[in-house]
Amino acid sequence: MSFEVVKPGLLALLQDSGRQGFQHLGVTSGGPMDEQAFYLANKLLNNQPKAAQIEITFGMLSLRAQADCVVALTGADLGASINGESIEPWQRYKLQSGDLLDFGSPVKGLRAYLAVVGGFIVEPTLGSCATVAREGLGGLDGKGSKLIAGDILNFDQGAQPLSLDSLSWSIPNVLIPDYTKPIDLGVILAYQHESFSCVEMSKLFSTEYKVTQNIDRMGYRLSGSAIRSSLNGVISEGIACGAIQIPADGQPIVLMKDRQTIGGYPKIGCLTVLGVGRLSQTGPGSVVRFHPIDIAQAEAERMLFNTALATPA
Amino acid sequence: MRIEAVNENTCIVYLGDEIGDQSAERVRWAFDRISSELADVLTDLVPSYTSILVSYEIDRIDRFGIKARIEAALCDISDEPTDQSTAAEILLPVYYGAEVALDLEAISAHAKLDMDEVVSIHSQNLYRVYAIGFSPGFAYLGQVDSRIAMPRKSTPRKRVPAGSLGIADTQTAIYPSVSPGGWQIIGRTPCKMIDLTSDSLARVAVGDRVRFQSISRDEYLALGGNFDEF
Repeated sequence: MSFEVVKPGLLALLQDSGRQGFQHLGVTSGGPMDEQAFYLANKLLNNQPKAAQIEITFGMLSLRAQADCVVALTGADLGASINGESIEPWQRYKLQSGDLLDFGSPVKGLRAYLAVVGGFIVEPTLGSCATVAREGLGGLDGKGSKLIAGDILNFDQGAQPLSLDSLSWSIPNVLIPDYTKPIDLGVILAYQHESFSCVEMSKLFSTEYKVTQNIDRMGYRLSGSAIRSSLNGVISEGIACGAIQIPADGQPIVLMKDRQTIGGYPKIGCLTVLGVGRLSQTGPGSVVRFHPIDIAQAEAERMLFNTALATPA
Repeated sequence: MRIEAVNENTCIVYLGDEIGDQSAERVRWAFDRISSELADVLTDLVPSYTSILVSYEIDRIDRFGIKARIEAALCDISDEPTDQSTAAEILLPVYYGAEVALDLEAISAHAKLDMDEVVSIHSQNLYRVYAIGFSPGFAYLGQVDSRIAMPRKSTPRKRVPAGSLGIADTQTAIYPSVSPGGWQIIGRTPCKMIDLTSDSLARVAVGDRVRFQSISRDEYLALGGNFDEF
């Protein structure tokens, strides 16, 4: 059972929950930029939480089903259609062998997640198929390549029935973000936050920042009021997902899933991993605001999400 | 020692304020302790010069629990071994010949020393792995003798050949794979620094001691060395 990639689009990558346990060797985690959309897609199909999916950035991907199957689509609305008929994200769909699943361009959000019952079968490198082009790891060839036309993506539905009726869990409305709304991300004050004076800190929390053209799976460069640290640099240290670096020009860089493992710029704080996911759905020109949260709030936000994921299907 | 929260599933343990052998030894010791005693809740550890970033399963432990367990694992931190007897010592063969030592002339001019002297000073020191990062397996080693220390190139090379050994200020490092880079290249090792298909993966870990052994052109070739530009 498989899909054939008819058109690869701009950037379609195989991703599982990420590569764990190798950051001490300088190997990044990779994994889905938007964990909320990723885990909900697997949940819709009652898959293993870490099962491999396709992360579709911007769209233009076209896949042909080579077997009957059930898929789930979450995250951005990239103008997807089945045999020309529009479909919405955050739902399950039944595909017949020969059906064409097409993605257009972003309507809302930037990254969509496509899961199939049982997950895509990909040989892992260092325990994961998460595709990291810079490191040449993961993906279909194990060398970090994005999907290309002609790729065959295998899956195994096993004993899973092929009907939609056998899957009843649906995503609670509260877990479906509205990507058209302005975003206001919580920042945990961490790392070198004390090297920023109240005046500098208030710039981050009281002004708007714009997402620039320089965004990728490593980092999101923002532009707005320049923020100054009293430090020029720091002794290089481990970078958490969501860390906000402030380089000498004062323009924040949020470190995302394919970030380098260590770095020496002062950091003012860190987003939550779900916050990183929300940011990853924005494109150049989007406006971002920030507000301070404490670590307890960050923990509670994630526990609530994990609890929702753990409800019986 | 300070333990500070970073995000909902990450905290950072600061073990020193200065780059140096003492911090590297503490980090190595603490890394071993944390990885063995907290294995049931850890997802990743990132040791660096003076700190360790700790990521954990939020479904298994919270911010209070992780702090308490790290403190317990490192409770005898002041009793850490100071004789460095448990750190591994790794011998790395390096060919310092002109074909691969792309910046040896520049270092020699900067240091106002003969090229032979530069090589001899570089290969005499016993180094420590202070951090690994930048790219998989890229190890930062110190301290380089101040007589041959030199800042990074003002314009980085677009492609530095794999195995190249470079100097930047008082640190030295090996490029495990072809990449852009600004370090002053002094030689090349025929050894693979990282091999994702082997069980050991990387040749060195943070805190290890490393000695460079100067080898001849013939030995370099016999060990599988090459002169590929890239």
